[in-house]
Amino acid sequence: MKLMKFAAASALAMTVAGGALAKTDITLAMQLEPPHLDPTSAAAGAIDSVLYSNVFEGLTRFAEDGSIQPGLARSWEISDDGLTYTFTLAEGVTFHDGTAMDSEDVKFSLDRARAEDSANAQKALFDSIASVEAVDAQTVKLTLSEPNGSMLFNLAWGDAVIVAPESIENIKQQPVGTGAFTFEDWVQGDSITLKRNEDYWGEAPALEEVNFKFISDPTAGFAAMMAEDVDVFAGYPAPENIPQFEADPRFQVIVGNTEGETILSTNNKMSPFDNVKVRRAMAHAIDRQAIIDGAMFGLGTPIGTHFAPHHPDYVDLTGMSDYDPEKARALLAEAGFEDGFETTLKLPPPSYARRGGEIIAAQLREVGIETEISNLEWAQWLEQVFKGKDYGLTIVSHTEPFDIGIYARPDYYFQYDSAEFQEMNAALSAESDPEKRSALLEDMQRLIAEDAVNGYLFQLAIPTIAKAGVRGLWENAPTQANDMTGVYWEE
Amino acid sequence: MLRFVLGRLVSLTLSLFVASVVIFLFVEVVPGDPAAYMLGLNAQEDTLEALREQLGLSGTLWERYSSWILGMLQGDFGTSYTYRTPVAEMIADRMWISLPLALYALALSTLIAFPAGIWAASKRGSLVDTGIMGLTQLGVAIPNFWFAMLMVLIFAINLRWFSAGGFAGWEAGFWPAMKSLTLPAIALALPQASILARVMRSSLLDTLGEDYIRTARAKGLTRAQALWRHALRNALIPVLTIIGLQFSFLIAGGIIIENVFYLPGLGRMIFQSIAARDLIVVESVVMLLVFAVILVNFAVDIAYAVVDPRLRVRA
Repeated sequence: MKLMKFAAASALAMTVAGGALAKTDITLAMQLEPPHLDPTSAAAGAIDSVLYSNVFEGLTRFAEDGSIQPGLARSWEISDDGLTYTFTLAEGVTFHDGTAMDSEDVKFSLDRARAEDSANAQKALFDSIASVEAVDAQTVKLTLSEPNGSMLFNLAWGDAVIVAPESIENIKQQPVGTGAFTFEDWVQGDSITLKRNEDYWGEAPALEEVNFKFISDPTAGFAAMMAEDVDVFAGYPAPENIPQFEADPRFQVIVGNTEGETILSTNNKMSPFDNVKVRRAMAHAIDRQAIIDGAMFGLGTPIGTHFAPHHPDYVDLTGMSDYDPEKARALLAEAGFEDGFETTLKLPPPSYARRGGEIIAAQLREVGIETEISNLEWAQWLEQVFKGKDYGLTIVSHTEPFDIGIYARPDYYFQYDSAEFQEMNAALSAESDPEKRSALLEDMQRLIAEDAVNGYLFQLAIPTIAKAGVRGLWENAPTQANDMTGVYWEE
Repeated sequence: MLRFVLGRLVSLTLSLFVASVVIFLFVEVVPGDPAAYMLGLNAQEDTLEALREQLGLSGTLWERYSSWILGMLQGDFGTSYTYRTPVAEMIADRMWISLPLALYALALSTLIAFPAGIWAASKRGSLVDTGIMGLTQLGVAIPNFWFAMLMVLIFAINLRWFSAGGFAGWEAGFWPAMKSLTLPAIALALPQASILARVMRSSLLDTLGEDYIRTARAKGLTRAQALWRHALRNALIPVLTIIGLQFSFLIAGGIIIENVFYLPGLGRMIFQSIAARDLIVVESVVMLLVFAVILVNFAVDIAYAVVDPRLRVRA
């Protein structure tokens, strides 16, 4: 009897002690669900949001500030001509199925991504790789066909993570990586569960279980947060509710940067936008701050070119296209459009586009440009605007990091064809000296701002709502990821 | 009776065939390329081509229609373009939420509507009658998604009795699962119950005015006895029709409610698939819903015949 009492007492003591320990599981909500779980064969950012750095790792990785850090490659050497990269891999790394991760897996992953029949959404990242060689188990040699100053950056993308030939067949449902969390379960339409990888080669994460929950409706998201059904909402979709969370001591609001340059894309081959004066006139007709305040409830940083303001090489060119309707009218008159003109404004679903579009239409009307607004679904937008180039104006956020290179593609949907820019871009790829790269990048930013290729609006901000006790979340989003390896609950 | 059932079966098959053609054509003419949707803004043309090949998106309209229909007849609904899992499996998973939700809502709606309708009819013109009719008027007028949000505000955010949404999963046990379906089911049931109660009342009042009720009263039955023994059964036909229609609505109409409560049901799956141009899923789910609606109507027709023997002869 006495013994039983003792047992009961110690059981009680244990539960009390257990209660005092910090929580080791977390539920993180996001708006979009991944279509499948293979980051190397789809553009859907939601895949990386769940798996990047948690389940899958690449040779290099993005840190929260956007810098490139060693990933599975612990060190590397670059030959003087910039054509050979020799990576030394971390030792003792195993995939979640227990097989070893070695240079053969790296070769397999990179060769698969750049293969003829590859379905990699960012295949261009691997264009300059001529061959991948497994020197020994721990060493991989990349030979490039031409120097590429952004190779280490390219390898940090979610599309360049290391996968294993043994598990590639079922990767879309059963992702097997080398990361600090293993994939546990996916209830489609509802949630994905990750568990801590007890055999992780690096530093063990504090969390034992991470639950990703998919809540697409903004109102439902608000309710789920308020009812404390979820602990974190990453990329909270209703900025109008943010003051309510800020005022509530149960929550913290984190507003970070993204790589999303939100622009008024302009069809540069279509009349009258083929006239640079018309494009400059539009740039002066747009009041960025009014759009940020009206459409984004104050979240977002004005930009004057296609570059992220938090990037060290960013040049603030907003002054080149300050809000000046008088000047806009004068420029339009110079171009021969005293009475303005009519064009189409095709808007994809995100609220920055739909709300921003209404405001821009009103601002353009002030200077005599009438726009016919049509709201499109993403699939329609891709078909009509992106592929068909059947549009005058559209609004879209370009969320890929460091993507100024798209201006060197004359067949890209805004159809900017400038030999000068294309030369600069080629020079940039070949350049690996950091200072010269910076100088080139600044010139490139200036050129597209001078040519007013598109209307440069603002850098998209990402608001995250979290319970007050959550620590270690990424504030910025250098890539679409929710790196949970450093997240913990404060006691 | 057999001829009646056979006749109904023939029209059922015909409707299904016509529906399949219409659905396929409508879905196929919608602009949008699933491969482009998946690969995003930086995709190269050769990558898109490779993916289209992998997905089996090449081939003529006729080839794709016949392979879809033949597959479906053998129970093979194809493979989802985006999720890359068999559509049949996806539907089965989602069904475990949508079907119980619809049944739950139907049960609630019937449980509310029958007593309310009968009570109102038996106390015609009284305060009770006016009160019930007023409430049902309100129930019909209130949009169910708005009512759903109101309930979330009260029961999830303020009182914290329920979660704001999501599904606990059947593996968590019967009651936790039912609990997460309760608010959605109430939101779905409210307008249905209101309509059903009004139909029940007016149908009962109609039959109460029939000659045979007067005869029954004349032979000494009280009003209540006449109502329960004679009027009710005869008043059921229009009520059954409405229940049949409502069940179809509850399955298909769950789309909005499933989004409000972020339930991973069929409705939400259709919603996502349309946006992603996962055409094979859209086609198969819509086809399945059509099948369910037609089947329910078939069952209702049979139920008429059971309730009213005259129909068996006429057909």
